[in-house]
Amino acid sequence: MLTIKDLKASINGKEILKGINLQVNPGEVHAIMGPNGSGKSTLASVLTGRDYAEVTHGKVSFLGEDLLDMVPEDRARKGIFLSFQYPVEIPGVSMVNFLKTAINEHRKFKGLPALSASEFLKLMREKKEIVEISSNLTNRAVNEGFSGGEKKKNEIFQMALLEPKLSILDETDSGLDIDALRICANGVNKLKTAENATIVITHYQRLLDYIVPDFVHVLMNGQIVKSGTKELAYELEEKGYDWIKKEVFGTEDAQ
Amino acid sequence: MNETNDNILNEVTQGDYKYGFVTDIDTETIPKGLNEDVVRLISAKKNEPEFMLEWRLKAFRHWQTLTMPTWAHLTIPEISYQDIIYYAAPKQQAKYASLDEVDPELLETFDKLGIPLNERNHLAGVAVDAVMDSISVKTTFRETLAEKGIIFCSMSEAIREHPDLVKKYLGSVVPSTDNFFAALNSAVFSDGSFCYVPKGIRCPMELSTYFRINAANTGQFERTLLIADEGAYVSYLEGCTAPQRDENQLHAAVVELVAMENAEIKYSTVQNWYPGNKEGKGGIYNFVTKRGICKGANSKISWTQVETGSAITWKYPSCILRGDNSSAEFYSVAVTNNHQQADTGTKMIHIGKNTRSRIVSKGISAGLSNNSYRGLVKVTRGAENARNFSQCDSLLLGSKCGSHTFPYLEVDNKTAKVEHEATTSKIGEDQIFYCNQRGISTEDAVGLIVNGYAREVLNQLPMEFAVEAQKLLAISLEGSVG
Ligand SMILES: Nc1ncnc2c1ncn2[C@@H]1O[C@H](COP(=O)(O)OP(=O)(O)O)[C@@H](O)[C@H]1O
Ligand SMILES: [Mg+2]
Repeated sequence: MLTIKDLKASINGKEILKGINLQVNPGEVHAIMGPNGSGKSTLASVLTGRDYAEVTHGKVSFLGEDLLDMVPEDRARKGIFLSFQYPVEIPGVSMVNFLKTAINEHRKFKGLPALSASEFLKLMREKKEIVEISSNLTNRAVNEGFSGGEKKKNEIFQMALLEPKLSILDETDSGLDIDALRICANGVNKLKTAENATIVITHYQRLLDYIVPDFVHVLMNGQIVKSGTKELAYELEEKGYDWIKKEVFGTEDAQ
Repeated sequence: MNETNDNILNEVTQGDYKYGFVTDIDTETIPKGLNEDVVRLISAKKNEPEFMLEWRLKAFRHWQTLTMPTWAHLTIPEISYQDIIYYAAPKQQAKYASLDEVDPELLETFDKLGIPLNERNHLAGVAVDAVMDSISVKTTFRETLAEKGIIFCSMSEAIREHPDLVKKYLGSVVPSTDNFFAALNSAVFSDGSFCYVPKGIRCPMELSTYFRINAANTGQFERTLLIADEGAYVSYLEGCTAPQRDENQLHAAVVELVAMENAEIKYSTVQNWYPGNKEGKGGIYNFVTKRGICKGANSKISWTQVETGSAITWKYPSCILRGDNSSAEFYSVAVTNNHQQADTGTKMIHIGKNTRSRIVSKGISAGLSNNSYRGLVKVTRGAENARNFSQCDSLLLGSKCGSHTFPYLEVDNKTAKVEHEATTSKIGEDQIFYCNQRGISTEDAVGLIVNGYAREVLNQLPMEFAVEAQKLLAISLEGSVG
């Protein structure tokens, strides 16, 4: 589904991603772990088309097409979804208006007719249950005044509505208490099918107790330095990242 | 065909401007330039009573003593007042035989705005079918209003048919000597609307759909006067979301509102005059004086404006809160893009006791444009317990536009409470990207974000226009980001 080949990207001339290789197939869950600043969010940005990071080398194909050629909204319509590390507030824009616009853009792209207001509200009611999001949130403006946990729930709620093929969850666990974490993770699990795939970005193992990955990759200093199964996550939790630094770079202070 | 139908047919096919111009002057124009003879000629062509001519002449003589104001934050090219033609009969001839001949870009805009099909012909200047829906709508409309004793007609007709009301109220809120543009308008105004709602009557419909259908021929120096007598209510909508072109570059309208005891007037404007091209060529100069007076106790006046058009906008819809316990509101969205300039705001003059005013101004600037809010809150000595709340926000798209806020405060009574809040924000790339990531294009994202920002004002508009106004905001800013 997604193939990343030797991907390099810079921010303001500084190389942040230094040759990423990754293959994601339908039905798989990949975890990308790594210390703060290692480039995890930058990778998510490059995949979704945010332009502050400039791709300098490499290829990314998604469902057989060149992903890096597409504008961000087309990537989204083709089925790439990002659950933002820091969801953005849009004052005055109602959730209903925002989501209805989003859904209908996706439908238009697929050649489907727009949903009427009542069809949309019905769909929204159904999907609300997946993340136990309350009406008093969906009746407000997009993320405006939401708590950290509410914002993250709202991301998963949008994922439920848009039914992406590839979801990238960037630090969905950060800032969540244990109940909210469980609700979000359960939501993600309910949405899992044999046709879609998920990339879970996190630097704690905790989330992976709930969303069980098929593969775990360690991103460090702009490169995937180690890949394995979920056992790797436990090892990291136990020994910390320094252990890998030593193993990979032969020193504790990579850079 | 029966007689009524015949009349309707006549009205549409042969009628001049619906409410005026009884003499056969329809093809005439007069030489350019302005002097007393021109003022006399205008008055004569309109068959006006003597008092009107005197009133116009007085205004003209005063105008000659004035110079154009320069205090606004605007760069106004020199206007040669002797090069303007001050009277032209309204053009009633259809320009096109069918919509197929109309500029496709204009049609596309109608489409985007969702303007009902039966109104598009009219707005585009296409000859309309005799049995156009709106004609019967108009007729029933007039009947309904007449039953309630509401007078709603052109200013020309009001001057002839209701001279006492005109004499009493015209210039009572905006004196002919008020300012340069008001004096000019008073001397040469062409036409406009007049409305009188009698005591205790609630006008049963928005005076809007009706007005929009007539709006295409409003002319250069428009004059509007609305009076709500004791306990009356009226909601009035001026203008239209469809782009309006006009050969006259200078527009100087005057609007006066009078609210008697317990009366309420809600006045909404959607202004979308031609703003000029992307390089700043052409476009309308819109210098408008709008003022209302809350004359009686407990009266209320509310201005709502959505300003997206014109090359230059100079406009301060204001309220004089004279009656005790009266209240006034000003809700404004002003959009400027490319080379547009707007200096707009309001004045709230508190005179009565316990008077309340509220100002919500949302400026949106893009391109190379300049957008200023200018507002005065004045509390006179006798205005015990006056309250004002002002909220002035500016939203910037891009870094080449300008936005300014000029709040003036004059408070002569210690019991007054005046609050002012102002914010300036930039449309965030992170907001746009968030929308992109959900499948929404940058253009649509800007539309969404801008409408969210302006929502408090748009909510004040009559329902049917709120929807169009939302689309209009998005269209006005097309291409300004990304
Ligand atoms: N918008 C930006 N501008 C400049 N530098 C950035 C920006 N975003 C991230 N960086 C830098 O890129 C590096 C990787 O950051 P990021 O991808 O956010 O890491 P992670 O998500 O793994 O914590 C860091 O050194 C960070 O400071
Ligand atoms: Mg990050």
